[in-house]
Amino acid sequence: MEAAPSPAPATAPIIAFDKVVAGYTPSLTILNATTLDARAGEITLLIGPNGAGKSTVLKTLFGILTPTSGEVRFEGACVNGVPPRELLARGIAFVPQGRNLFGSLSVRHNLELGGFTLPRRELPSRIDEVLARFPRIRERLDNQASTMSGGEQKQLEVGRALLLRPRVLLIDEPSIGLSPKLVQDVMTLLRALADAGTTVLMVEQNVRTALKYADRALVLEMGRLALDRPAATLLDDPDLNRLFLGGHARPAA
Amino acid sequence: MSPAARNIALAIAILALATSAFFLQRSQVYLLSLCCVYVMATMGLNLTMGYAGQMSLGQAAFFGIGAYIDAILTTKLGVSFWVVIPIAAVACFFVGLALGFPALRVQHHYLAFATLGFNVLVYLVMRNEEALTGGTFGISNVPRPYLFTWSLDSERAYFWFTLAALVIVAILMRLLLRSPWGRAFAALRDNPIRAESLGINITAYTLLAFAIGAAYGGVGGVFYAGLVQYVEPSTFYFTTSLMMLLAVILGGSGRFFGPVIGTVIVILLPEVLRSSSSPALQFMQKWYLVAFGVALVVLMVWLPGGLLSIGDRRARKAAA
Repeated sequence: MEAAPSPAPATAPIIAFDKVVAGYTPSLTILNATTLDARAGEITLLIGPNGAGKSTVLKTLFGILTPTSGEVRFEGACVNGVPPRELLARGIAFVPQGRNLFGSLSVRHNLELGGFTLPRRELPSRIDEVLARFPRIRERLDNQASTMSGGEQKQLEVGRALLLRPRVLLIDEPSIGLSPKLVQDVMTLLRALADAGTTVLMVEQNVRTALKYADRALVLEMGRLALDRPAATLLDDPDLNRLFLGGHARPAA
Repeated sequence: MSPAARNIALAIAILALATSAFFLQRSQVYLLSLCCVYVMATMGLNLTMGYAGQMSLGQAAFFGIGAYIDAILTTKLGVSFWVVIPIAAVACFFVGLALGFPALRVQHHYLAFATLGFNVLVYLVMRNEEALTGGTFGISNVPRPYLFTWSLDSERAYFWFTLAALVIVAILMRLLLRSPWGRAFAALRDNPIRAESLGINITAYTLLAFAIGAAYGGVGGVFYAGLVQYVEPSTFYFTTSLMMLLAVILGGSGRFFGPVIGTVIVILLPEVLRSSSSPALQFMQKWYLVAFGVALVVLMVWLPGGLLSIGDRRARKAAA
């Protein structure tokens, strides 16, 4: 089988998975010797059918799951088993799938939780920084988070993650439950973050929209990297359609 | 109502409650004191269960440990009540910390049974370690303390004392809940994975939820021993934990005043029904427990979120 061409690396990888095996139980591995990387200042899109291991990549990188073998590296250092709070301190933030707000708390308290690991004296200025970026959140600051619309909630989730000024943002299915207009807004926001130097590693089922904003796409299949292409070239690639229609992609180099 | 107005209203209510002791019978003042000591314990349970989402059926064990620490230290070693309070709080904090470890492995009804088992274990120690606890005979003549030179021996003085102590522990709880710790507990309850993704150490906060809740139970127990001046094991059996759980759920789990409302109802309602002299309620003298049970079932079906959820219910209806 012919290997798919891989794009020439524009920048050095900031994240690297080297033959990583990980899963939710010892007998059920989702990542099967997965090898992939993400480059600094780019949006790397992780796509693939259900069960391919996309979300598991994010959870393993963020320390929620520990690899049973292989190595996860962040800026060249192995981070296997490093707890999330330490990874946050190193500059990785994670926005999990679905609604991630604490609905019983106010918008302000949700934001404060985003800065839980920060020194308390730094928190007000960081919150102001986020509110300057998301004026809609400022208007709802004293409301209960559960009363916000889906788009507002997603803004708050991303804003909360940005409170720590992360260098890497892991985001799992940001378009879930959002209208097409709000999906565009979220993608535009992620693009702006990447253009400002934040590395974004995104899992997204809304592939066609996400590819328009991403720099690079990694297609996972059965816990392995099946394709690694510049996002712009993948939109019309028959491999992509074949994969999502139940076929198999040609393996990545 | 603004926060300032709410605080003033609360202060007036506390003052009115304190003043009521001048007009009530001795037994009624005793019941109010009993409510105060149980509220200390249920406030702790509300932190563990209502705010941090960790099921516990072992709160009566901490209540008992606090009571026995007071009884043993004051009657056998002559230790001052004022020294006993921090000792009991710290001891229960560490025992609670140990009880929190199962919560790192199991949740919900499995955790309920693990904590229930702990309660039974503590009860058996109280009943069987006669040399230390007096066994089934318990320990009597537990002294009440002095506040400087003022004896707190009278029912009225001890009520004011427990009420003041309750106000202090409630303020401490309020400060805790408004701190980042309080929000971390709420995050842990709502979704541990989300909480972890924000850098909250869920292991530490799970253990702390148990430890602080246990310390509140222990302090409540110390005041209980001073109130009844006699401790024996059956008071601290798991049925008391169930009663505390009922009080928290009835008032409104995860709401600050939930355990206050719930405890007052659980303790006072049966007494009110039993001792009513009104001709219309005289039949209650025989049927008060049945009526109490029926009232609880109806209330739980009508308001599963507890009595304090009635405001939310109205707001939802108004919005619909």
